[in-house]
Amino acid sequence: MKVKIPNIEKNQFLDEIGDIARFTARFFREVSKPKQEYREFINQCFSIGYKTLTLVGVTAFIMGLVLTIQSRPTLVEFGAESYLPSMVSVSLIREIAPVITALICAGKIGSGMGAELGSMRVTEQIDAMEVSGTNPFKYLVVTRVMAATLMVPVLSSLANAISLYGGYLGVNIRGQVSWHLYWFQVFGVLDFSDMLPSLIKTFFFGFAIGIIGTYKGYNSTKGTEGVGRSATTAVIVASLLVFIIDLIAVQITDILGLT
Amino acid sequence: MERALKPVIEVKNVNKSFGENHVLRDFSMEVVPGENLVILGKSGSGKSVLIKCIIKLMQPDSGQIVVLDEDINGLDQEELDKLRAKVGFLFQSNALYDSMTVRENLEFPLRIHWTKEEREKNAESAVLEALEDVGLLHTVNMMPSELSGGMRKRIALARALILKPSVILYDEPTTGLDPITAREISELMVSMQKKYNATSVIISHDMNCIRITSNRVIMLIEGRRYADDTYENLRLSKDPKIREFFD
Repeated sequence: MKVKIPNIEKNQFLDEIGDIARFTARFFREVSKPKQEYREFINQCFSIGYKTLTLVGVTAFIMGLVLTIQSRPTLVEFGAESYLPSMVSVSLIREIAPVITALICAGKIGSGMGAELGSMRVTEQIDAMEVSGTNPFKYLVVTRVMAATLMVPVLSSLANAISLYGGYLGVNIRGQVSWHLYWFQVFGVLDFSDMLPSLIKTFFFGFAIGIIGTYKGYNSTKGTEGVGRSATTAVIVASLLVFIIDLIAVQITDILGLT
Repeated sequence: MERALKPVIEVKNVNKSFGENHVLRDFSMEVVPGENLVILGKSGSGKSVLIKCIIKLMQPDSGQIVVLDEDINGLDQEELDKLRAKVGFLFQSNALYDSMTVRENLEFPLRIHWTKEEREKNAESAVLEALEDVGLLHTVNMMPSELSGGMRKRIALARALILKPSVILYDEPTTGLDPITAREISELMVSMQKKYNATSVIISHDMNCIRITSNRVIMLIEGRRYADDTYENLRLSKDPKIREFFD
């Protein structure tokens, strides 16, 4: 049976995409203008980076530990236990650590931005900013998107290191691999083409999380209910975008022969 | 004499709709210097939309708005920001920045309109003077969440006044306050208007506030100017639509 999608839903979806594109274009216009809000940018870097570090760190550590423990039986079955550090490091650095970090950030930062800006919108704080002569888009949106774009790669790099440490402990729960041998195997298998694409895509993850979080909050309507909806949809859309960007990044690295 | 009475705000044939809902219909008014004009109307009658059009937080569909001799539709962003420095706005919800202290809230408008040297030299005294005016000097380092509704309203008023504006726009200044605090805020508005010799446009349906603050009242019904007179004359009116507000 053919399901007919009502036109109104299709139109809303396309409208939303158009609005996000316009919002992103405005971001680039405002970024290129002089007089940036550097102080607020630093505050946002602290808020996004430092305050998310514990959550990202703990998750990364558990991720490295669990991946190692779960992978061991399969490798043992094929007599390839000695490849455990190499396999874990490639999996973590290329894919798992950046994506999991981005998803955590989409949850924490995306919802935070959606709720904060949404609340500022419905309580007229954004209007008050505009009346006082401050460009609220530059003060609230540009600073947060820039901070997210910069801090998600930093968090992801730290998550890489912490998850590899978790992997080291995971390897040594059942086996015995020295500190030096573990890191020798980890870095022996990692290549420039493993780390650079992985780092570059985290900038795009951060940008997408920042844009979606601020877009949803900045355009929040309908009171407190709207604030809740902004926060929730910011997480959903940002998480979805992380996967879409990851898919595109994989295709590009594949085309460029970096796999 | 004619020059002294030149309007500070002129609203000419303004229309504003949201879809099928016509909020303002061919609305016109003038506000002369030193006047305290109240716009009275039921909820949803277009009062807040009008005041937001005056400060260009909303764009009218048609018509002209002139504030302090500037046609606001013809202003670029920089000119609009300069004009806005001369217009204070007290929001219905106070709109204090939650993440900032009272001091930072009051300093916020200064960061754009004053130079760094001016801020370093005069910001502290300007903040303290504004807080003293509203009787809340002790709250300077407190967060908005630590203040009562009446205190938040006073701080919002202090922020609206910190640049010593020529025009002050009040959007329902006493909504949500108890009668005693509402009266205190109304009296404070009058004293601030006298101190700064400012012109005020007050959006309200609080009859006590209107009685205390107004020189003239415009009654807005279904987006049109229904009546324009003093509070006393309106109070004595026998028109049933006007009586609804007083009975």
